[in-house]
Amino acid sequence: MTQLLSFIKKEFKHVFRDKKTLLMLFGLPTIQILLFGFALTNEIKNTRVTVLDYAQDNISKELISKIDNSKYFDIISNVNTEQELESEFRKGNAKIAVVFPAGLEGELKHNKKATVQLIADASDPNSATTISNYFNNIIHEYNGLNISKSPLPMQILAEPKMLYNPELKGAPNFVPGVIALVLMLVCTMMSSVSIVKEKELGTMEILLVSPFNPIFIIISKLMPYMIISIFNLIIILIMSVTLLDLEIKGSIMLLIFASTLFILTSLAIGLLISATAKTQQSAMMISLTGMLLPTMLLTGFMFPIENMPLPLKLLSNIVPSRWFFIIIKNVMLKGLGFSSIWKQLLILLGMCTFLLRVSIKKFKIRLQ
Amino acid sequence: MMIVTEQLKKVYGKEKIVAVDNVNLSVDKGEIFGLIGPDGAGKSSIFRMLTTLLIPDGGSATVNGFDIVKDYKKIRHCIGYMPGRFSLYQDLTIEENLQFFATVFNTTVSENYHLIKDIYCQIEPFKDRRAGKLSGGMKQKLALCCALIHKPEVLFLDEPTTGVDVVSRKEFWDMLKNLKQMGLTILVSTPYMNEAALCDRIALIQSGKILSVNTPEKLVNNYGETLYTVTGGNMYKLLNLLRSYEGTDSCFAFGNSLHLTLKYQTKKDTVVAYLQEEGFKDAAIQETIPGIEDCFIKLLKTN
Repeated sequence: MTQLLSFIKKEFKHVFRDKKTLLMLFGLPTIQILLFGFALTNEIKNTRVTVLDYAQDNISKELISKIDNSKYFDIISNVNTEQELESEFRKGNAKIAVVFPAGLEGELKHNKKATVQLIADASDPNSATTISNYFNNIIHEYNGLNISKSPLPMQILAEPKMLYNPELKGAPNFVPGVIALVLMLVCTMMSSVSIVKEKELGTMEILLVSPFNPIFIIISKLMPYMIISIFNLIIILIMSVTLLDLEIKGSIMLLIFASTLFILTSLAIGLLISATAKTQQSAMMISLTGMLLPTMLLTGFMFPIENMPLPLKLLSNIVPSRWFFIIIKNVMLKGLGFSSIWKQLLILLGMCTFLLRVSIKKFKIRLQ
Repeated sequence: MMIVTEQLKKVYGKEKIVAVDNVNLSVDKGEIFGLIGPDGAGKSSIFRMLTTLLIPDGGSATVNGFDIVKDYKKIRHCIGYMPGRFSLYQDLTIEENLQFFATVFNTTVSENYHLIKDIYCQIEPFKDRRAGKLSGGMKQKLALCCALIHKPEVLFLDEPTTGVDVVSRKEFWDMLKNLKQMGLTILVSTPYMNEAALCDRIALIQSGKILSVNTPEKLVNNYGETLYTVTGGNMYKLLNLLRSYEGTDSCFAFGNSLHLTLKYQTKKDTVVAYLQEEGFKDAAIQETIPGIEDCFIKLLKTN
């Protein structure tokens, strides 16, 4: 036991004395969170709006002030003709334009129905769709307010509701993804590099010749990185709550338990890599190229797996982060409990035990 | 017998390069046994097989009575190993390295301090310095301490003095003598022939084959020929001239002189006369006592 403890202590010393490792361990998650949180967001804020108001009545004025008050829109100009409107688009001043037809209020009163035209610059189709969704939300909200005032009780309105993320914020979607990505990368890379380093420096020779049980070598190699990764997870969670205003809806203990299982799985992959890699550099290359792409593409946080062709869909099943992503989303964003994620947990547990067994079996008790 | 090998063999790679070729050795308890040979002779491969790091491709060996393949766990309890390359943690201090290896081997520094005291006291003033920042000699001393801290019965030292200055090298061999007094068996390898004389017995090895096993004295006494040193003039031209001379048996460069053996009938004076005739006015020939290196070269020639 003292053997194991002193080995683990030694491992921590390696980590804290190597600035590059430290930077990697704690810099990577921070940078990822900040990047995804602030720079690479697909939320669209402060879209420039041009208004062409033929109506000039109460309803159009009310709507304009609502639009202007929304954080997604800034009204930058009012134009009087369609020609002017077009030139605003041409010059790139406006991303979106709202046209209120003449007699809007009158039409709404008589027909209980009126149309407002929305013109969007669709040269960037994704943001155009997102913007028009935001806009629709505002109109729907306005409609909703008016229903209560309306003398006619029977007016049916389809009202889309964005579950779990009603404001379509970017953070809820990517935070679970970043957690999965960071844990996967850090764990596989650190564990494989730290074992290969001992081989490269020749210290593995002495360790193997010692009476120290090889299983203990593995345990003491994995333990520090497990502790550090859990610590990392907590940092990411704290950053998500404080910086990105994300609330953790489910049980934190369940979240940490599932993460520990995922961390162990990733460490086992690292262990497996270390059995084949000869140099630290190749260990790092294998973990980076072998882990980064599948995790990014096949986890489901960048591209929905439902839309993928069948072979990729099948392939995604063996990517551990795919299951872990579902778990975090369910627990963190939806606040669901154990009963909703037991299947995914079971799959992770299976992968974890399988990988650990294989990697322990492949761990060499001799050179070569 | 502490170490016994029988027809030990190691082959590498697809090309079937034979690194160790049917080696038979036996090392007594409490003896300093030297494996002497140039780089690539197969010394490290023998060490790695005996320390259970490699499985032999043929033959068998025992260390302290345990088979190196079957009983590898038992062997790992009773040996100390110092690999050829400095293999300690560069980012840990001297003290941390020593303590780590003590605990890994399930002991404490204080328990076996008497074994390493003489060596450790020399590096103790720098105990808070990281191992990566030590000089070559200090690194060797630390590595020896780490290999000794668990009180092994056999010590395997693979080229412990390579890359170490002359003074530290001498100190190192003095330490080995002391360890021998304490009853340790030491198997040591070195490419330096002058260190061979410090061993109790030596095995000369070349291309994986053992050329001879003997005590250094007997090896030298068995040289069986008169050896001369030749000096004077341009060494390179002198060497070529002597090699083409009909009375020469062997001639090779040795430091800043030449070592020469002559064919049975040839007399020393005839050679001097011949050299002067060829324009080497300062040429001088003296009888000398052969060293290990001379024996080694002779053995290489006859094999």
